[in-house]
This record gives sequence, C-alpha cells and structure tokens, in this order.
Amino acid sequence: MLSVENVTSSYGRVEALHGISLHVDDGEIVTLLGANGAGKTTLLHVISGIQPITSGSIRFQGTPFERLAAHVRVALGISQVPEGRQIFAPLSVADNLRLGAWSRTDDDEDIATDLARVCTLFPALKALSEMPAGALSGGQQQMLAIGRALMAGPRLLLLDEPSMGLAPNLVDQVLAAIRALKDDGLTILLVEQNARAALAIADRAYVLETGRVTLEGTAKQIQADSRVREAYLGV
Amino acid sequence: MAELLQFIFSGLTVGAVYALVGLGFTLIYNASDIINFAQGEFVMLGGMITVFLVAAGVPLPLAALIAVGLTTAVGLALHRLAIEPARGSSPVTLIMITIGASIFLRGIAQIIFDRRFHSLPSLFGSEPIHFGGATMLPQSLVVLAVAAIIVVLLWLFMERTLLGKAVTATAANRLAARLIGINTRRIVDFSFAISAAIGAVAGIVVTPITLTSYDVGTLLALKGFAAAMLGGIGSAPGAVVGGVLLGLIEALTAGYISSNYKDAVSFLIILIVLVAMPQGLFGRARIERV
Ligand SMILES: Nc1ncnc2c1ncn2[C@@H]1O[C@H](COP(=O)(O)OP(=O)(O)OP(=O)(O)O)[C@@H](O)[C@H]1O
Ligand SMILES: [Mg+2]
Repeated sequence: MLSVENVTSSYGRVEALHGISLHVDDGEIVTLLGANGAGKTTLLHVISGIQPITSGSIRFQGTPFERLAAHVRVALGISQVPEGRQIFAPLSVADNLRLGAWSRTDDDEDIATDLARVCTLFPALKALSEMPAGALSGGQQQMLAIGRALMAGPRLLLLDEPSMGLAPNLVDQVLAAIRALKDDGLTILLVEQNARAALAIADRAYVLETGRVTLEGTAKQIQADSRVREAYLGV
Repeated sequence: MAELLQFIFSGLTVGAVYALVGLGFTLIYNASDIINFAQGEFVMLGGMITVFLVAAGVPLPLAALIAVGLTTAVGLALHRLAIEPARGSSPVTLIMITIGASIFLRGIAQIIFDRRFHSLPSLFGSEPIHFGGATMLPQSLVVLAVAAIIVVLLWLFMERTLLGKAVTATAANRLAARLIGINTRRIVDFSFAISAAIGAVAGIVVTPITLTSYDVGTLLALKGFAAAMLGGIGSAPGAVVGGVLLGLIEALTAGYISSNYKDAVSFLIILIVLVAMPQGLFGRARIERV
C-alpha cells in the first residue's frame, strides 16, 4: 500500500531524516518506535505532504506520491491523526467531524454512514456533538481526532502517538479502537513511544533512531530483541 | 444634548467604515497571520474606480459592481503575486510586502486616476434628516445599513456554511486543516478576495460623505488596524465593536477637544492596547484543555 524509499528531509540546513525506507502492506498495522526527536513525526509529515522531502521516493498504491500537495494526498486516501490531537478548538465536535470529510466528493449519504460508524466506535462523541471541541478532555479529544481522520474515508491511517498523555484505561480504549479499525480492513501506520502497547497490536515494527531505521521485523521479533527490551520496554 | 447626539451620529458613520476595514484585517490575519497594510487601498480603489466609471458615463450601480469586482481581483493578485511567492518568510517580511503593495497601489492610482478629491452622488439625496436636534445625512444611514448587512452576511457565512467553517478551522489550526485535506492556500486566496470586496464596498458607500482620493487608504488602514487591535486582533466581533468605538471616540475628541487630535486618537489607542491589553477587548478566549 505504502512504500517509502531512501527518504531524506531537513529543517533548514539540519537533516532530520537520513534515508528512511519502510513499507506498509494492505491490512497491516505497522508500528514505528523511537525516542524523542528520532524523526517519527517528521516522517509522518513527509508522508502527508506537510514537510518537504529532499530526496527519495514515496509510493502509495503504486503511484508516485512525493510531489503531490497535502490536500491531494488526503483525497487519494491517506489520513493523519497528528501528534497532540490538533482538534479545531472553537468548532463543535460535529463540525470537526463534518470537516474531516472535506476532501470527499461522494454524496452526503456515504458521509452520514461514516459518521454513524465513527459514533459507534466512539459512543462518547455522539453525546458531545454540540460541545466546542476545545472543552473536551484529553481522551475525548483523541477520539475526536481519530474520528475526524476517519471521516476522510482513508485507506491508510497514520497515527502519531495517540496514547500520549492519556490515562491507562483510555490508552487501552484507544488501542482497542485501532485494533477494531484494522479488523474492518483499514491499513495503519502507528507511531508510538509506548512500545509495549504498540507491539501488542502491531503486525510489524520499525525502530527509528536519530533519523535512521535501526531495526525492523515482525512485532514478535522486535519484542524479543534485547536492545528493544532494554531501550523501549524497560525490561 | 443635541450636540452629543450629533457627535454620536458622525462617530457611528465613520466607525462603521473602520469596522469594515478592521474586519478585512481580521479575515486575512486569521487565515494567514498576515497584517495586510494594503487594506486601506481596497477602500480607496472601491471609491476611485466607481468615481471614474461614473464620470465615464457608466450608471452608478454597474460602476459600483465593476469596482468591487476589480478590487477583489486586486486583492487576489496581491496574495498570488506578492504574498504567496514569499511564503515561509518572517511575519516582518510579509508586513513589509503589504506596506510595499500599499505604496505601489497608491502610486498606480495616482497615475491612472489623479491627485484630486472626488465625490459620488448620495443614494437618497443630500437633504439632512433631523432627529433630536441633530442632523444626519441619508447617506450615513446607507453606510450603517450596508455595514450591518455585511456583518450579518459574514456571520451567517462563517456559522452556517461548510466553507465558512473551513475558514474558521484554518484560522484555528492550519496544520490540522491541511491534514484533513483543506487547501489552505485557497482559503487564504478567498480571505484576500473577501477582504478586498468588503473594503471596496466600504469605499463606495462612504465616498459621498468623506470624499475619496488616491491616498485615503493610508489613514484608513491605520484606523482599521487600531479598530482590530482594540477589539482584539483575530476577533471578528471585536473588529466591529472596536471600529464603532474608535469612530465614536474620534468624533467626541474632535467635537469636545479639537479636531486636530482626531487622528492622533488611533495612534494613542494602538499604543495603549499594545502596552496595557494586548488581548484587546475580545481577545481570543482560550478554551482548550490539554
Ligand atoms: N519545526 C522544526 N524545526 C527544526 N527542527 C525540528 C522541527 N521539528 C522537529 N525538528 C527536529 O527534527 C528532529 C526530529 O523531530 P521529530 O519531531 O520528527 O521527532 P519525533 O520522533 O516525532 O519526536 P517525539 O517523540 O518527541 O514526538 C529532532 O531533532 C527535532 O529537534
Ligand atoms: Mg513526534
């Protein structure tokens, strides 16, 4: 579905990604682990078209992607739940969700069907529908951010640290939702610092360190790797 | 008492114009973080283009329509040709560009039009209306009505349409707006176009009262900026209230102190707001919880 090859990207003169290659196949959950500042967010922004790519290539469903504008990429089926949620605080929950479908050209009925699905996945959102999104709790905002991304009708969902700052029971709830999305056939690239939680639901994993992929394998292999156990699982 | 009423009438009229210019600042600022100091030139262009078309024999309504259309095109061109190529530059650079654009537009207007003052016929004649011992020009009512209609339409647009909500979303969080597939550049285009159109309309309706010339934009931009600052930069209701307040304060200063100080009031307000209350009257309330 997605293949990233030898991607480099810089902030000014400082290179943040030094030749990243990875791929995500149809129906997989792939997780990207790494410490603070490893370049995880930068990579997701390169994939979404927010952060410019310096060299390398990105293919999505076989088509070269790296020169397309961000809004075109969303329309083609890549949706991102950004780090820190980034909901539209002054707008209502319902408006946040409705705007999630901004790039869609199919009819209102399909959008309504997806809205119903989001409300089934996160029943809490339904009751909050008229609230300004800025007044929601952290967990509710995270659900809203995921719901908003789903409203675009993506084939590939990019999630940037969805468990960040959430209480343990909410982390479980969010991870269960991600799992349910996979079971519905969605392909997912999950960035996490919470390696234990991410590996528990992922099929494969990559470890990113200072802008390079240093390890890759199935979730089981990565979980068993002594370096990962030491650095990310605290065992 | 009649005197006070008289000052209030004239304050409201100019205040309505400041409010419209302030709204123009707000729309562009929210979509792009740019303070557009060419905002006053939109007002000038609206008035001047209408004046010259009418002089060339075009009927007033058609002339006004063409003037709004042309000014909107100038607003779009300003974004596409001057601002957009400098995307990513510092805010100071972008402000310098808008100041440059303002000087450029004034220069062009001086060449295409002239350096004299011009007026337009009032829509409902110039027989003053008497009220409570004070008088008001019928055109003042036109200015107030048009300003009110624009404010209401803009509010309806922002609250009731998906495009309006996309504008709000872009203002609230540009990254998130791009990530849900909003082409934020088009939103900024749109904001420049709407701001220019609003400025042009203000310029057309106020010309019969205040006259217009190639250089009326400079002072108007300053007043509109003061209005937006006073209301809280980025707040549309703030810009409207700030504009009306500024108009009233000016009229009262001119009436009770001296008309020499009228324009200094705006500078003073900008200074006071900057130093004492940078949030302005309606500064964005932060309701985010993390
Ligand atoms: N806007 C920016 N300007 C300059 N440098 C940046 C910017 N954003 C990130 N960087 C740098 O790029 C590198 C990668 O940052 P990035 O945010 O992608 O890391 P991350 O893996 O997402 O970290 P975290 O886990 O803290 O979210 C870091 O060294 C960071 O300092
Ligand atoms: Mg990050």
